[in-house]
Amino acid sequence: MTLLPPRVQPGNAQLGLVIDLDTCVGCHACAVNCKEWNTGGHSAPLPDHDPYGADPNGVWFNRIHTFEAGEGTASRTVHFPRSCLHCEDAACVSVCPTGASYKREEDGIVLVNEDACIGCKLCSWACPYGAREYDTDAGVMKKCTLCIDRIYNENLAEEDRVPACVSTCPASARHFGDLNDPDSEVSQLVSERGGKELMPELGYKPVNRYLPPRAAKKEQGPSGVGASLPPLADLAPDGDSRFLRWVDRVLSR
Amino acid sequence: MHPAYSVIFFTTASGAGYGLIFLMALFGALDGVPADPWFGAVGLGLGALLITSGLLSSTAHLGHPERAWRAYSQWKSSWLSREGVLATATYVPLVLTAWGWVIAKSLDGKFAFIAAVLAMMCLLTVHSTGMIYATLRTISAWHNKLTVPGYLCFALLSGAAWFHALAQVFGYQTPEVALVVIIALFLSFYIKRKYWRSIDTQPGPATPESATGLGDLGKVRLLDPPTMTENFVQREMGFSIARKHTHKLRRICFFTYFLIPIVLTGLTSSAQPWLAIPGTLIAAISVSVGVVVERWLFFAEAKHVSMLYYGAETS
Repeated sequence: MTLLPPRVQPGNAQLGLVIDLDTCVGCHACAVNCKEWNTGGHSAPLPDHDPYGADPNGVWFNRIHTFEAGEGTASRTVHFPRSCLHCEDAACVSVCPTGASYKREEDGIVLVNEDACIGCKLCSWACPYGAREYDTDAGVMKKCTLCIDRIYNENLAEEDRVPACVSTCPASARHFGDLNDPDSEVSQLVSERGGKELMPELGYKPVNRYLPPRAAKKEQGPSGVGASLPPLADLAPDGDSRFLRWVDRVLSR
Repeated sequence: MHPAYSVIFFTTASGAGYGLIFLMALFGALDGVPADPWFGAVGLGLGALLITSGLLSSTAHLGHPERAWRAYSQWKSSWLSREGVLATATYVPLVLTAWGWVIAKSLDGKFAFIAAVLAMMCLLTVHSTGMIYATLRTISAWHNKLTVPGYLCFALLSGAAWFHALAQVFGYQTPEVALVVIIALFLSFYIKRKYWRSIDTQPGPATPESATGLGDLGKVRLLDPPTMTENFVQREMGFSIARKHTHKLRRICFFTYFLIPIVLTGLTSSAQPWLAIPGTLIAAISVSVGVVVERWLFFAEAKHVSMLYYGAETS
């Protein structure tokens, strides 16, 4: 049944990602490694049409958007990786007419049983985050599996039993863990940094959290120098050199 | 939202079919039309043809039509599954009513009861079609209290228009049937107008700020999309052709489903058959064209909240 599992119990894991928007550098390595792993993993293969041509397209579980937030000098460029948030109240699961979409009770991961999927695409309509992508080759819906074939994989070294996107991030902006355990590293990060839920007003209770960029510093380091330097053009010319002062006077005429 | 032709054909054809069968069953059970076996056969047959071709076309957009039977399993949670179950179950009272009307030549007693059940099942099936859309919080134009009334009303209207034309063809000029058409016309006009006003003014469910959680920094706008070419989500949810032509299409809709049929129905429904038959037939065709445009707009005008990640400023 595509009924959602009963309310999350304290003992049950809610595995998910915590993404640090302060340190993400927007390199797309997580998306590339996701595609690389998953085109040979649980949902393999992922379509990849015209990869070097004019209109490359295919299924990606993870996509990196770049936003600008704020105005003027206070504005920030924020790189924003977006993938399935493994919602607690996953609408993609409850709309599924066949039971192909399901949420696992033991760890909260939302998966698609590709053998039962009829490819009606209703789940992709129900997802506010645009996380599900349709595989036109296989005629079924595909989505992030939280690398279910890595995180429990005993053939991998223990430090590698994390999603591919987490293992590859060069800025350590991606964290994986149990968000239902208040003592886990990821839960600690969320509470320390004020981790955000995306579109909480829709009520789907996403599990993944996003750590907002830290506030810009007013002063830099122990020297106390201002965080932003005054424009070079307004600086007084070097006071020690009479020659340079003369050049400046001549050129300023 | 991308308007898939198979889904538009399905919802409009099956809507007309359920509307027609609903009225046949109701008028049959209440002795509102003569118990003419030929009239019953053609009316119920046309209705069955419309719902069956609609249901079959709805499987055409599936990635795996051969697995469509699996959609009967999740009636506890999914409105799409409930629609499938109800649509199939409706064939039972449909066949029994047709048996009573055409072969047993009686719509009294138990057959009247079965016809009443059939009318009820038609209502429930169309209601569940509307609920598929109305329960999607991601699409504010559909998550609207007028979505289900709209589906019910347009099914009734297209069913009534064809019922009226058919009755004229068989020589039954019953003012009650014409009255149903007129009521359905005004009702659809009122509901659609109210619906359009509502979707034009209601705010979207989320903003770029809430979608990214970056609202504390100020206004949020997309700088770079993930890829230079469109992906599945953009093609499926980012359809915007209709929004450009909204006013023109709404006018076409108003003329075809309301204005032309109401004039024709008013002028010809009690005229001589040579005028009444073509008049009501053209009215029915016009209604059907209008309902297709209405349904196309229903899809094409709807904005999906996920487009906030692709540069949409409102949802």
